[in-house]
Amino acid sequence: MDLFTAIFTGTIIAATPLIFAALGELVVEKSGVLNLGIEGMMLVGAAVGVWVSYVGLPLPLAILCAAVAGALASLVFGVLALTFLTNQYAAGLALAIFGTGVSAYIGKGFGSTPIDALKPLVIPFLTDIPVLGPLLFNYDPLVYLSFILFGLISWFLYKTKAGLIVRTIGESPDAAHAIGYPVIKIRYLVVLFGGAMAGLGGAYLSIAYTPLWVENMTAGKGWISLALVVFAAWRPARVLFGAWLFGGMTILQLQGQALGLALPSEVLSSLPYIATIVVLVIISRNRQFLALNFPTSLAKPFRPAR
Amino acid sequence: MSLQIERRAEPSSLMRVAAPLIATLLTLVVSSIMFALIGHNPLDTLFAFFVAPLLSMNGLSEWLLKASPLILIACGLAIGFRANVWNIGAEGQLVVGAIAASGVGLFYPDPESPLLLPLMFLAGMAGGMAWAAVPAFLRARMNTNEILVTLMMTYIATLLLSLLVHGPWRDPDGFNYPQTALLPNAAMFSYFDATYRLNTSIFITVIAVVAMWFFTERSFFGYKMSVGGAAPLAARYAGFKESGSVWLGLLISGGVAGIAGMAEASGPLGQLSAQISPGYGFAAIIVAFIGRLNAFGIVLGGLLLSLLYLGGEAVQLSMGLPSAVTSIFQGMLLFFLLASDFLIFYRIGRPVAAQGGT
Repeated sequence: MDLFTAIFTGTIIAATPLIFAALGELVVEKSGVLNLGIEGMMLVGAAVGVWVSYVGLPLPLAILCAAVAGALASLVFGVLALTFLTNQYAAGLALAIFGTGVSAYIGKGFGSTPIDALKPLVIPFLTDIPVLGPLLFNYDPLVYLSFILFGLISWFLYKTKAGLIVRTIGESPDAAHAIGYPVIKIRYLVVLFGGAMAGLGGAYLSIAYTPLWVENMTAGKGWISLALVVFAAWRPARVLFGAWLFGGMTILQLQGQALGLALPSEVLSSLPYIATIVVLVIISRNRQFLALNFPTSLAKPFRPAR
Repeated sequence: MSLQIERRAEPSSLMRVAAPLIATLLTLVVSSIMFALIGHNPLDTLFAFFVAPLLSMNGLSEWLLKASPLILIACGLAIGFRANVWNIGAEGQLVVGAIAASGVGLFYPDPESPLLLPLMFLAGMAGGMAWAAVPAFLRARMNTNEILVTLMMTYIATLLLSLLVHGPWRDPDGFNYPQTALLPNAAMFSYFDATYRLNTSIFITVIAVVAMWFFTERSFFGYKMSVGGAAPLAARYAGFKESGSVWLGLLISGGVAGIAGMAEASGPLGQLSAQISPGYGFAAIIVAFIGRLNAFGIVLGGLLLSLLYLGGEAVQLSMGLPSAVTSIFQGMLLFFLLASDFLIFYRIGRPVAAQGGT
């Protein structure tokens, strides 16, 4: 595999967990809810995914369980933020801390034995095409799933009535409630969906990317996903670009270490974090651009007046 | 019979006090169930977790020793939180404070100078402030979300620490451990008793608590910041500038986190090492909330969380439970606390007849 192919495919793969988590959070934020706990939900998903495959169950089931675990974790946030009207910042942070602890607890016995990683899918004919085959058709199924979900989410949010309702709730829960939509119930569903997506992102890390369990293995990817939603200015397509940007940064850093660049590994490892800050600054300076798609009721507690 | 939720006309002051107690109680109940499920006698485990660590002088010393940085950092954070300034990166500011202070301690030309400790104090504070100044500038001038920036800065700080203790600052006689040489004696806080690790740095925390109480309850600026947090529009109308709160909230919390880092290096650790903090910066967020962003509440919250650390270590040794139990406890406590806050503002009870349709 030549260097270009390595960097290209590496970027796509490194971006995948971010795409899952950030797309999920985007839908959640579109409904006016801010869940800061992605890091915790991803870790829970990652640990549960490894756990299920350790027990000897097939990988698809492990991935499914990871998504369910992520959703269950998000439910804790949902109950606090939606039923008990807690400050959403605080509830999200609590989930981030709690999820980190729970995942470490689940993963305590795993050691660092690698599991059977998710294998790239061989698509007849397509994978064999010279040049394009290895570039575009040599990924594991979850990568394709992330693209399918991207398509579905964009279609759902902007082309369906249900998507319109979700966005309306994000703009004005009072108006949506007055028309008769069950605001809280819909927000619950959306939060669960976001949790499942974060769980998938975590499972991708521990089942396909690494593939083993390491405590705190997300190393900030949940928080970077949050930043991606801001970077994307709440538009799904831009989430993809943002995730590729960060994926590329990760791969360049790994390639740099492999090529023996004369920089300490810590300097290279800090690049994605520095890039996150730089990108956030650039995007946040333009208030009008951000306000365009910003869900107005974001992070504001809502309780229907009877 | 159906229960119904209604908003209280005024926040219940009884519940304000009772809510943290209810939350602690619920945490104990749920964790007992959890312990029973994994095959430990709940009462024995709770005793080993919460009581046994406090039965010795050494336990008490460790209790205060660990509570001190938590309370110190939480005081700073709470000032920001009151103004809706979300510094989530105290951990990073603590690390940079420890780095700056240890740098002074290790390389100051006169290792016996009585000025060494005060200089390290200033360096630690300046380091934490500098690290927090980046998100403050970006939020105040560039409208950038401080939650994300402070967190990213924490990852960068941890990498910086790792770079230093694995590289240029590593003790050449340290058997390749990722740590610096020991700090000179003049760089250390003095102990109350040589057998225990509790040291005079705890007075910094005491002063910080009093200062925080004064700032939030008695000073005009503290009042302005609280108004800005509770009612941003009213604050703007009154001419209170948001950027002032942002700068102050972040610089104060960053500065005290840096001091906490310095006190770790100049206290229990005596050197800079890759593990400078067991997550004090994050746990302090919980402390601030448990303490309801109030100085004396924070003292209680800090003592509680410190006990969780001690208990976590104790059950790790005595019952073989994993250290993750501590962070599960922390998260659970915060969950129940946030949920029980609901009782302050809402009443749950049987529907009152003839209430009039609101």
